Amino acid sequence: MSKSNSSGKPLITIEDMTKVYQMGEHEVWALKGVSLHIQEGEFLSIMGPSGSGKSTMMNMLGALDQPSSGTYTLDGVDVSQLSDNALADIRNRKIGFVFQNFNLLSRTSALQQVVLPLIYAGHKGRRQKAMDALQLVGLGDRMDHKPSELSGGQQQRVAVARALVTEPAIILADEPTGNLDSKSGIEVMEIFQKLNREKGITVIFVTHDPWIARHTKRVITLADGKIVRDEQVPQPLIAGESKRPSDTLLI
Amino acid sequence: MNLFQNFQLALMGLTANKLRSLLTMLGIIIGVAAVITLVSVGRGVENFVTAEFQGLGNNLLFIIPGQLSPDQQGPRRSGGSGLTNRDVDALTDLTLSRDVVSIVPEYGRSAVIVRGRHEARTTVTGTTVGYAEMRSFQPVSGEFFTEQDLLGAARVAVIGQTVYQNLFPDGGVPIGENIKINNVTFRIIGLMEEKGGSGFNDQDNIILLPISTAQKRLFPARRPDGQMRVDLIYAQMADENRQDAVIGQIELVLRDQHNIQFRDEDDFTVLSQDELVSTFGQITSVLTAFLGVIAGISLLVGGIGIMNIMLVSVTERTREIGLRKAVGAKRHDILWQFLVEAMVLALLGGLIGLLLGVIGARVIADLSDSLEPTVDWLAVVGAITISALIGLLFGVYPAARASRMNPIDALRYE
Repeated sequence: MSKSNSSGKPLITIEDMTKVYQMGEHEVWALKGVSLHIQEGEFLSIMGPSGSGKSTMMNMLGALDQPSSGTYTLDGVDVSQLSDNALADIRNRKIGFVFQNFNLLSRTSALQQVVLPLIYAGHKGRRQKAMDALQLVGLGDRMDHKPSELSGGQQQRVAVARALVTEPAIILADEPTGNLDSKSGIEVMEIFQKLNREKGITVIFVTHDPWIARHTKRVITLADGKIVRDEQVPQPLIAGESKRPSDTLLI
Repeated sequence: MNLFQNFQLALMGLTANKLRSLLTMLGIIIGVAAVITLVSVGRGVENFVTAEFQGLGNNLLFIIPGQLSPDQQGPRRSGGSGLTNRDVDALTDLTLSRDVVSIVPEYGRSAVIVRGRHEARTTVTGTTVGYAEMRSFQPVSGEFFTEQDLLGAARVAVIGQTVYQNLFPDGGVPIGENIKINNVTFRIIGLMEEKGGSGFNDQDNIILLPISTAQKRLFPARRPDGQMRVDLIYAQMADENRQDAVIGQIELVLRDQHNIQFRDEDDFTVLSQDELVSTFGQITSVLTAFLGVIAGISLLVGGIGIMNIMLVSVTERTREIGLRKAVGAKRHDILWQFLVEAMVLALLGGLIGLLLGVIGARVIADLSDSLEPTVDWLAVVGAITISALIGLLFGVYPAARASRMNPIDALRYE
């Protein structure tokens, strides 16, 4: 039960959050009252089978959508009542996204991909910041390469650089290793662990993969729209130091 | 995201699909090129005609049969009485005053001229001796016909330079040679100087002969009442400032001649050179409006093409839109991105069309000697403005659609 290097300052406070989707005449309760507290510097996973509300949780945390009821406070800002444009602003300044399928712009250099959030933020000195971010993920020598000229792992590292370039409060990663071979997956995992360890960046993984979750420090399990388990990982795995066991062993 | 970045982004988007962008622009390109070329040529025709009318001579009035009504383009032949030799004689009395220098009638038709195995089609104009002086148009060799020829309806002809070239391709002295006009033999007595002008209004493609000969021997002009028709009467004034007075005198004489009652309208029209030019201007403006409508339709079609492609493009780039929104793009960022792309597409089409239109006008200028198509800057500015507006108009809907996309759905779009 190590609190590790989280500073103890509350970053995310979610109280009794629900999300109801209207599907024709039916109401679908994707979240049925979720409360969650995340502190600065944490590295956690949100797990759960499909249909558990995992994706909805990710959309809420990412300020991509708004809850039907309940509150969501991110870094001191109540996000649950904001307009579309204000949400865009929150996403821009406080949240970095990493997607399973990278979501890079085609025909655009790595540097330009990373500059993109800064453009919408209206930052000065964009180029230098983007170069620093790429350096941090080990792509300092690939800045002018386009996605088609990069390997999957490299593409995902560009996406990570894009997520962290705005110095967000949290990085939300949706199955970030899901489309990668195991070696690239380990590389990307290493970067996340390094960012959390060295920069104190709060990282939230959304995954269905227990082995990936074992690399994080806290695992929250959702089922049927509720948190059914919330536990600290006793000894988080360090990327690359242990081989992935066969699936049968995990079950 | 500022305008310049949007512009860069738009260019990137358009160059990514070069062929598609080009095909999309084609409607606008054709529309704008057509407008620029046609308007330029129209201007050229207008300038040409104006110069032509001005070049007829100085201080001329034109008397034509019929009434020129404002709602109708061109003269309306009313009553069919027309103008006759008797009108010419009556008007000639006006030359006794100091205001009118000369009265010259014209009567002619187009005809085929034959000399041996050479043939030419030309305008055969019957007129009087005063014509040469009034038009400042004199023979370079031989001589103009005389009063004697007029009285005797002599079969003599004075030919223009173009007719000479057509009938005498090997050169040689034309004076004294015989030609046949509508199978009537004429003797050439003079060769006119070069007047200039070519293309569809070649002033040297002309044969002049006594009006009495034309009326009696070539193109029978006798009306049932025994009078000889004329097509047109020129009145040359001594002083331009007395124009209104002269027109009044002419009207008085002709109304008397034609027994027109106090309340009835004239059955003839007296036009000054300025009026002639402005009448022609009315005709060309109708033409220009017509061309404008065609061009407008073409631009409309082009705009719809742009809208179509932008809708496709928005759908194709749904994930990109989702990603942009996820990293912080606001609605107006996305709106502008696609709006600028549509406008760049339309503007680029407009500029290419403009270039082609100017080239088209140049080509036409090179093909014809008499026309000097003038690229109208108003048309240029108009074409550019309209293409930008079309981009805006037809780009708004796709751009608004893109901007309203839900980021979650957009990111998940396959």
